[in-house]
Amino acid sequence: MSSVLSIEREGERVVAQKADPLRHSLLRAEGVSKQYGPVTVLSDVTLDILPGEIHAIIGENGAGKSTFMRLLSGYIEPTAGTLALSGQHVRFAKPEQAQDAGIALVHQEILLAEALTVAENLFLGRELTRNGVVDDRTMRRLATEKLTELGCLVSPNALVRNIALADRQLVQIARALLDDYRIVIFDEPTAVLTGEEVERLLAIILQLKEQGAAVLYISHRLDEVQRLADKVTVLRDGKKIGTYPGRTLSQMDMARLMVGRDLAALYPEKRTKAAGEAMLTVRDLSVPGFAKNISFQAHKSEILGFAGMIGAGRTELFEGIMGLRPATGTVELEGKPINIRSPRAVLDAGIGYLTEDRKGKGLLLHERLAPNLTLSALTRFHPGIFLRRSREQDALRAAVEQYDIRLKSFGVKAGQLSGGNQQKLLLAKVLLITPSVVVVDEPTRGIDIANKAQIYAFIQSLVAEGKACIVISSEMQELIGICDRILVMREGRLRGEVSGDAMTEHNVALLATSDAAVDGNVGGRK
Amino acid sequence: MTIIASSTAIRPEREWNIGWTDVGPFVALVVLMLIGFLINPDFLSATNLGNVVTRSAFIAIIAVGATFVISSGGLDLSVGSMAAFITGITIMFMNRMAPEWGVLAIPAGMTVAIVVGLLCGLMNGLIVTIGKIEPFIATLGTMGIFRALITYMSDGGSIPIDRSLRDAYRPVYFGTFVGIPLPIIISVAVAAVASFILYKMKYGRKCAAVGANEDVARYSGISIIKTRTIAYAIQGTCVAVAAICYVPRLGAATPTTGVLWELQVITAVVIGGTALRGGKGHVWGTVAGAVILELIANLMVLSDFVSEYLVAGVQGVIIIIAMLIQRFSK
Ligand SMILES: Nc1ncnc2c1ncn2[C@@H]1O[C@H](COP(=O)(O)OP(=O)(O)OP(=O)(O)O)[C@@H](O)[C@H]1O
Ligand SMILES: [Mg+2]
Repeated sequence: MSSVLSIEREGERVVAQKADPLRHSLLRAEGVSKQYGPVTVLSDVTLDILPGEIHAIIGENGAGKSTFMRLLSGYIEPTAGTLALSGQHVRFAKPEQAQDAGIALVHQEILLAEALTVAENLFLGRELTRNGVVDDRTMRRLATEKLTELGCLVSPNALVRNIALADRQLVQIARALLDDYRIVIFDEPTAVLTGEEVERLLAIILQLKEQGAAVLYISHRLDEVQRLADKVTVLRDGKKIGTYPGRTLSQMDMARLMVGRDLAALYPEKRTKAAGEAMLTVRDLSVPGFAKNISFQAHKSEILGFAGMIGAGRTELFEGIMGLRPATGTVELEGKPINIRSPRAVLDAGIGYLTEDRKGKGLLLHERLAPNLTLSALTRFHPGIFLRRSREQDALRAAVEQYDIRLKSFGVKAGQLSGGNQQKLLLAKVLLITPSVVVVDEPTRGIDIANKAQIYAFIQSLVAEGKACIVISSEMQELIGICDRILVMREGRLRGEVSGDAMTEHNVALLATSDAAVDGNVGGRK
Repeated sequence: MTIIASSTAIRPEREWNIGWTDVGPFVALVVLMLIGFLINPDFLSATNLGNVVTRSAFIAIIAVGATFVISSGGLDLSVGSMAAFITGITIMFMNRMAPEWGVLAIPAGMTVAIVVGLLCGLMNGLIVTIGKIEPFIATLGTMGIFRALITYMSDGGSIPIDRSLRDAYRPVYFGTFVGIPLPIIISVAVAAVASFILYKMKYGRKCAAVGANEDVARYSGISIIKTRTIAYAIQGTCVAVAAICYVPRLGAATPTTGVLWELQVITAVVIGGTALRGGKGHVWGTVAGAVILELIANLMVLSDFVSEYLVAGVQGVIIIIAMLIQRFSK
């Protein structure tokens, strides 16, 4: 790593780069394109990545960001164009080659071996050995060190299968930090993380920059981009729109560049209409190991938020309500008790749940779109025992239109959609059963700003129809922006409730982290 | 809220999306026939091919059932000994009833076979799903049980079918319909029904979903237990149908009936294009796979290159190659 370069001043470096790009850039992509069959995903992108610099790549869902990153790190090869590493032409046929060249990618999607432990995953394919024997002790120690640095407190011996999604993401990030890579690429690393973890990660990224590494950073959270990025490159529809010095762009500017037009307000205006009578009543619900004695009500036409830190048990609570985990307690929908032992019964009663883990639990990645869309509504959709394919295709067409799912062909598999578009497909799938209570767990995970606004408007229109909507989110601003009321959980218990003017980040954070009393808090456990 | 997507610009889904896994087994079949013709022109004669396909019928029928089990993410090693067990029970039942019922004992026996097959499959299924025992272990256990039962029932010898029934039953294996051997017609019918279930019915969707990703299926409100259990029950029923066709072939059940059929069945499914880890099942590929296996055996008999005693060995090699192809074409 060249320390000379990293202490150069910003302005000089940019000038130098213009004069002779090959000399100073650590990695240069020259006119790279990627095609899948007849579909062009990335066309003619040229980019220089400099050491000691955080370079953000932003763009709409499906703009080609992840494709570009996979291309830079050897997971796929470009159909045209070249890569140059420190001025030397390189070809990466395998990710290992890129890793050997000092390039690490933290995938947008979590790719860990579920049956292995945290430590085994961290060192997968590069196990440390001592005298030819795998050195478990050292690996466990290093794993603990790295993970603690990231604020991840899981045991290195825990099976990945048993740890929370956010922890998995941190494990995945730790993998890229174990070696001294010269270029570290983060593809939406914060999508599943909450406030404190995000802060830790951003600090670590700044530290990488200090050490002279080049960082490529993709996020739909534009505030992070604004805080971190030295340069921002905007992709739109596979093409590079431009590279801009980071601090000169406001979030609005970035959004405009991404979308190619002006954007309306992110959050819809709050309705003034009061919420109706109780729709969902949960009493004394416990999910062993995760949630204890939770009671709450969600009302007709209400958007109810669930806030909390990672590990607060929000996801597990609702998985319990959905019959997906063993749970005790009673759940009533419009006064009628629901059998929470059977996921089917809960769905049929009219509670829909959008899982936070779309790859693992939401979509069949190797299956086409239509079967994915109708999977939880098979009976509703195909009455009798036969499949009605034309109906299904019509539904897909309607969903693509309604949810603005961007795709190039109806014949693609779900796994080939970009992350954000997968999320929209999943939302369409959940709403296809026309639930009267919709529980969305991280609904805007990995979704670009324009689509976020769309999803918020969507949630609003659901409650306008008289449904109740429950939003679990790690993004506090999102909860405050759309919810009528927010319940806060900590360590498996309901700690309080805020609504109206008391819905501030400060209040929510306070309840989520400590027992402090909050103004407007309607009392902890009822 | 702005809607920008213009779905007109999106390519429509083609009605038939045919990939290598779909056509691969059939291409292999054609190639094998050509090779066979080069080695020995008699190979392509209608009688020889008819014989080969007829002989492959048992494996084809059972393998169609196995396509369900494997597609749903399971495995059934007990099919061979289950076939022997059902054959034994069926013959014993028919023999017992023959004096009273005459030839009516045959359809009654067939019904018994189907019911027993269904129950055996159900048992396998429940052990795997409710008992939460690895399919490999569970069916390894029942494989031993069925084998022991047929050995016990036959006292180590054989259970021949009653003379009075033999002639009436013969056509089920040796008969033809419009010139086509009945076993071929039966296996085509079984495969047709199976592909209907797998591709046109909701159950097929559930089966593939459970095999592809259990969690996604569960979160979509699909019962894993029900779906898998039904797959095993279908498997049992298919084994029963195969057993019904098998009875007249040798006219007896012995402790060696159906030995190593599980190897052939699983091989047929895998060369047919169904992934062993579950997911989409390929019924017609499976049938092609069963025919391919029999063709190879036939080739080994007709040519003098390899001893026919090595047939099982060659089949073992084929399943490994098929798995390697699946692994590396991913
Ligand atoms: N293997 C593939 N076959 C066909 N199309 C593909 C394939 N992989 C990606 N695509 C398409 O390429 C486009 C770009 O995808 P990519 O994942 O790079 O987008 P992205 O910018 O990362 O979006 P997001 O913000 O949603 O993650 C999408 O339209 C996607 O459907
Ligand atoms: Mg992406």
